[in-house]
Amino acid sequence: MKVFEILLLVSLIVCAVSVAVIRDLLTSIIIFMSYSLIMCVIWVLLQSPDLAITEAAVGAGVTSILFFVTLKKIRAIRREEDRDEQA
Amino acid sequence: MSRRKDNYGNSRYYKFRRWFDGDIDLLEGVTEVTLPGEDKSGTGTGTAAASDRPAQAEVRKAAGTDRTGDISALEARRRASEETYGPEVWPQRETVDYAQWRRHAQELLDARIHPAGADAAHTASEASKGGGGAEGAGGSGASSPEPLVRGMKIFQRFYMVMSVILCALIIGVFLWTTVHLPPFGSADNPANNEVPTRYIESGVAETGAINFVTGMILDYRAFDTFGESCVLFIASCCVLVLLRIDASSGESRARSRGPQEDDRLFEPKNDVILQRAAFILVPLILVFGVYIVLNGHLSPGGGFSGGAVLGSGLILYLNAFGFAKTERFFTEKVYRRVTLCALTFYCLAKSYSFFTGANHLESGIPLGTPGAILSSGLILPLNICVGLVVMCTMYAFYTLFRKGGM
Repeated sequence: MKVFEILLLVSLIVCAVSVAVIRDLLTSIIIFMSYSLIMCVIWVLLQSPDLAITEAAVGAGVTSILFFVTLKKIRAIRREEDRDEQA
Repeated sequence: MSRRKDNYGNSRYYKFRRWFDGDIDLLEGVTEVTLPGEDKSGTGTGTAAASDRPAQAEVRKAAGTDRTGDISALEARRRASEETYGPEVWPQRETVDYAQWRRHAQELLDARIHPAGADAAHTASEASKGGGGAEGAGGSGASSPEPLVRGMKIFQRFYMVMSVILCALIIGVFLWTTVHLPPFGSADNPANNEVPTRYIESGVAETGAINFVTGMILDYRAFDTFGESCVLFIASCCVLVLLRIDASSGESRARSRGPQEDDRLFEPKNDVILQRAAFILVPLILVFGVYIVLNGHLSPGGGFSGGAVLGSGLILYLNAFGFAKTERFFTEKVYRRVTLCALTFYCLAKSYSFFTGANHLESGIPLGTPGAILSSGLILPLNICVGLVVMCTMYAFYTLFRKGGM
């Protein structure tokens, strides 16, 4: 269990740093989502399941979806879409 | 999300913006303010100034009454006053050449991007305009190109160095603070004082909720939770103000932009995989959300988490099946009514409870047996209220971001 916790915390730090470092916005949002998921598991380990549910629904769900919609609206992920349509 | 078209044409902000863009001139001979002594460039005598003043007052009065822009009547009145008092001399207003400003800004930008070729370009444009553009920038750097570029370089280097130093400082302060935090989970932490002891020991007896986190949030500190719900509501109102697209103007814009640019026309993508997955998942998610809300006082969860789950389920449903399906049961009217009812009920119930229970009076609400679903007094209805508000807010956020309405 101790190893699992340390693994989670290390990946949390890696995610947090790489969200800021990575240039591609889409990738950065997906990493942000995984950050929220890791945080959700950590909340469960810290024995606060209330926060875990909220983190999973709000942090990994709604916030990321709002980011995606905004990126699509400002045409930041349009290139991917074009590639899909051509394929 | 709009019932009628707003007529923004008369609003002061709209007028100001059009004036700022240069479309109209608000000061077109109507509300001109003239300083005494300034307007008498030609005739410059005291009697002329005295005779000129009623004319201007008349013109100003005309401007006040003819807000709608009846220029012809105004013009006739001005001509009449001119006949009686002689020709008016309007002061020359200072005109601003925006094109010149823009050219100058472009030059500054070029000088920043290409510092090597900046000298030649700048001096050439300087010679062509006779130094007219350089006066707008102000400061000592604008008069000659060389100190400007150097100043920008110095500023950039200063900025980089200072940002790195500031980041390192903040990281150091945080790490230093973390080292001095009390150890995690220790029994003699300062957080373990008499307040959590009271909550843990007599929370179940006083609130009737087995999950005493919910009992704490919605009974001891219900006023804070009311503030949180109001914050959510205000946040959705702000998003509404910022992102709302008027129905008629949105449609006309969609028509002008064409179907490729506007994804509102292709809202349901009819993705079979997504639809099948949503067909199975959405009922489960919604039932789970309702369970979290209703069991908030018995098991982990509560209004906020359950509302967020419900909102996510609705968003998934909307993504899979499109706006036409969700607008059958969730429109702006429903949103407004549900949110208002929930917030009002919360406010009234909690103020009743505060006013009767806070002074050690009997609040009259039975607590029931702890562990039953109909127990713990007001906590269950308050959980439902918070859940409804959060669900509506999440869904409203998404629809507003997506299409600027509901």
